[in-house]
Amino acid sequence: MGASRGLGAVGWSEWRHAAAILGTCAFAAIALERLGYRLTMAIALGFLIGVIERQGVFVTLTLAVALAAGSYLLFDTLLRVPLPRGPFGL
Amino acid sequence: MTETVHNLLLGFSVALSPPVLLYAFVGCVVGTIVGVLPGVGPLAGISLLLPATFGLDATKAIVMLAGIYYGAMYGGSTTSILMRIPGEAASVMTCIDGYAMARKGRAGAALAIAAVGSYVAGTVSVVALMFLAPPLASFALRFGPPEYFALLILGLLVLAYMSSGSMVKALAMATLGLLLGMIGIDQMTGYFRFAYGVVELGDGIGVVPVAVGLFGLSEILATAGQETPPAVIKPTLRELLPSRQEWKDANWPIWRGTVLGFLIGIIPGSAHIISSFVSYAVERRLARRPEEFGQGAVAGVAGPESANNSATSGAFVPMLALGVPSGPIPAVMLAAMMVHGVSPGPLLIKQQPELFWGFIASMYVGNVVLLILNLPLVGVFVNLLRVPYPLLYPGILVFCILGVYAVNSSVVDVWIMLVMGLVGYLLRKLEFEPAPIVLGVILAPMIEMALRQSLAMSDGQYAIFLTRPIATTLLAVGVLLVLLSFKSLITHGFDWRERMAMAEKGEEL
Repeated sequence: MGASRGLGAVGWSEWRHAAAILGTCAFAAIALERLGYRLTMAIALGFLIGVIERQGVFVTLTLAVALAAGSYLLFDTLLRVPLPRGPFGL
Repeated sequence: MTETVHNLLLGFSVALSPPVLLYAFVGCVVGTIVGVLPGVGPLAGISLLLPATFGLDATKAIVMLAGIYYGAMYGGSTTSILMRIPGEAASVMTCIDGYAMARKGRAGAALAIAAVGSYVAGTVSVVALMFLAPPLASFALRFGPPEYFALLILGLLVLAYMSSGSMVKALAMATLGLLLGMIGIDQMTGYFRFAYGVVELGDGIGVVPVAVGLFGLSEILATAGQETPPAVIKPTLRELLPSRQEWKDANWPIWRGTVLGFLIGIIPGSAHIISSFVSYAVERRLARRPEEFGQGAVAGVAGPESANNSATSGAFVPMLALGVPSGPIPAVMLAAMMVHGVSPGPLLIKQQPELFWGFIASMYVGNVVLLILNLPLVGVFVNLLRVPYPLLYPGILVFCILGVYAVNSSVVDVWIMLVMGLVGYLLRKLEFEPAPIVLGVILAPMIEMALRQSLAMSDGQYAIFLTRPIATTLLAVGVLLVLLSFKSLITHGFDWRERMAMAEKGEEL
């Protein structure tokens, strides 16, 4: 048996990342049906890769656009799972 | 016997038709990727890819999801052996001796033994599943609501007893799951419960957002801020073949692991995880030189790897025959089948034979596909691990949001995932195991329905559970388990869970 470790002893070093990721999820939940899937995901990815993980501009833009457009193509176009479109048809 | 062979032929005619074969193949590939990627276990993987199957008919969808499930089992062993990172929880034991073998330059041999062991276990256990499920289903036709209620309660108690760590914690998690499962429209009266005016909550909390939140998102939250994982040991193809001695050392552990895994798999609980722990402990006890364990013993890879694959099939027995999920992964599979209009239970085998037998046959096929896929292509999958985590997790996150949203086209589900992710992250930090929550969420409506139907049968007399022999026996076993868990308090000895934890750390038993 024995007592559990105290809250402070657990180690919360990654909390900044965790908070940023949760924030990104919240943004996605709010924006998904307003901005459309591709725009929301591109912004979310750009924020995580570029701002939080401090990758270069080129890597960030390429990944954000490719992943957002690629997953949309795969699920919406090929697998016919309807995903929301935004104001500009994006 | 002839009937079984006849049915199996029907099954193979379904499973070998090109479209079904294609989806089995896709499932296996995706499953392997899911297993290799850190942070996406089989549970989150199946939940995420559920929407991708919406366009398919039920048979193809289930064949593909099952492929993901056992593909993830194969893939999980790869990362354990090469990086000492279990791709999913069932591979924890493989890490110990698998990684030790890899450091001695036998990575290829360890991978081959794990793949062959998984193949043998997968195939043999499907045979057992094939013979066991139909008679169990016809037995279960005699079950009324009281029997189902007792069975479901027993399932939760066994899960709590078997989960590593404290039983009180596991029961607390299961109860939290049951409470979450209460949200939504009351099935008997149509009353909205705990919905707080949110219309979407009327359907209840779906198992997919809960599973993805607890197992996908929370894993990302816990891992993203940590330093980069250790380097990968890359095997060359030349050393893939184990030596004759290694084959000999692996032979019996594979068979023992298969039998053990299947039996443990049938029992509710996180079967595939426990089976690998038990198999490791058994092999270590039977070994002529137990001191080799931890230093790269072949048996330490062969046994647990076979056991966890075998448990995968074992877990399908109660799910297909009784409609009762024995753990979180079968629970999600069950939810997936319901989405496709299939309700597993005693009547499934009779009413939809092509689905049941096609599923069985596709598991044979899937095991062959995985063996072919994993041995030569292991280098390709390993390359996935070279993607740095800071680039990987945003992608996984996108798939989490996409998968959860697409099930019901509902943003509310994304919010549920977010909350569950935070809850799962905190629970993980405080050493609670989130698996019973998922099982609780899916069992809550079933338990409630069974309880209320039973009480309707008996005019509100709870004695109905004690007057029917099957129900009484099941409940008595449950009580016995609770009493057993008090044993270590009285004898001051080590509980088996504590012994497992010690074995994992490599201490003497």
